[in-house]
Amino acid sequence: MIPVAFDYERATSTDHALSLLAEHGDEAKLLAGGHSLLPLMKYRLAAPAVVVDIGRLTDLSYVRSDGEVLAIGALTRHRDVEISDLVRSEVGLLAAATAKVGDPQVRHRGTLGGSLAHGDPASDLPAALIALRGTLIIQGPSGVREVAADSFFTGFLETDLGDDEMLIEVRIPKVPDARWSFQKFNRRAQDWAIVGAAVMVDGDSCGVGLVNMDSRPIRATGVEAAIASGASATDAAATAADGLEPPTDLNAGVDYRCHLARVLTRRGLEESGR
Amino acid sequence: MQVSMNINGEEMSDDIEPRTLLVHFIRENAGLTGTNVGCDSSSCGACTVHLNGEAVKSCTVLAVQADGQELTTIEGLADGDTLHPMQQAFHECHALQCGYCTPGMVMAAVSLLDEVPEPTEAEVREGLEGNLCRCTGYHNIVAAVLQAAGGAR
Repeated sequence: MIPVAFDYERATSTDHALSLLAEHGDEAKLLAGGHSLLPLMKYRLAAPAVVVDIGRLTDLSYVRSDGEVLAIGALTRHRDVEISDLVRSEVGLLAAATAKVGDPQVRHRGTLGGSLAHGDPASDLPAALIALRGTLIIQGPSGVREVAADSFFTGFLETDLGDDEMLIEVRIPKVPDARWSFQKFNRRAQDWAIVGAAVMVDGDSCGVGLVNMDSRPIRATGVEAAIASGASATDAAATAADGLEPPTDLNAGVDYRCHLARVLTRRGLEESGR
Repeated sequence: MQVSMNINGEEMSDDIEPRTLLVHFIRENAGLTGTNVGCDSSSCGACTVHLNGEAVKSCTVLAVQADGQELTTIEGLADGDTLHPMQQAFHECHALQCGYCTPGMVMAAVSLLDEVPEPTEAEVREGLEGNLCRCTGYHNIVAAVLQAAGGAR
């Protein structure tokens, strides 16, 4: 499988990348590690006329402590997130979810920002970011803006990113004392989750993000509200699938996915000490 | 466009289309056919090579992304007629049946031991999750990686 022919531009800075996006508009796609975009291009589900390679912008690869927040550069590879002591100690759920992405080869290439910007509801990292109440820093021609994870994912493979904008950083409130659990249910080790649940419990605060339970990465608001009002893990998890419209595919139908969401959320809450 | 990269210690340059996949550059431009194309969709790991010392699936990397970088393929592991310890372990443990997955398995296993020098059996199995053996010959593959890890200690 070979992608449709395209023009290749290698960005030398964030500003250069943004100017290339401004020049080519919706004809262009940003290429980071390529592990979401290239498969789409090989299947010819995506055929950008211009590929802007931002993979060498090493200044966007970092994990940095910034007061109450952990800041992670958008081009930080999964492998570097997975083994980062700061990520493990301050936002452990993200390290655990990242370790479940693809396989070692994929994690050597794929990036945190690339995976999030892809906006796949079956992807592990958006659910973890939602549970952790992370935000995304987006740079565009008119400056920099910050968007909450809940508002960033707008639909199937759709995000709040404009054609002329670039995701540059992910910010996550530190929760060093939190307990967490990442529950991923799949048939084979490297597969996408049939359903997944990212759970973080920090004192009275609880965050639950679900994988593959709607057309976009989604927060289990009912579960969070139930936990906040003192419900048991079992009772809270019973609401996990309420109001959601999960996809049907060869692996699972709607009923089975809803069942999995409730079971995995309960296991996640219990593993997080609820 | 013109790209050049160091493959197994030798500089390789060629004029290619930007859409050329790294695995095709390795096989067709560099003529190194030890790296196989299996699923062509970053699932099976048959195309695993080392990019700057780390295992990657070369069917899901553009050759232009490797421009100026260092590659090692299965042909670059042995030292002359002396097999790399991982190749020797695969040989001794009979860690192959049809052999199609073997180059990718060996490259993934070498990368695994670089990161986890003394893995448990479970860590080996998990570490090779990105490589499929459709003969299902995993038992001896895992044994070979554990033997190579022991030999390195």
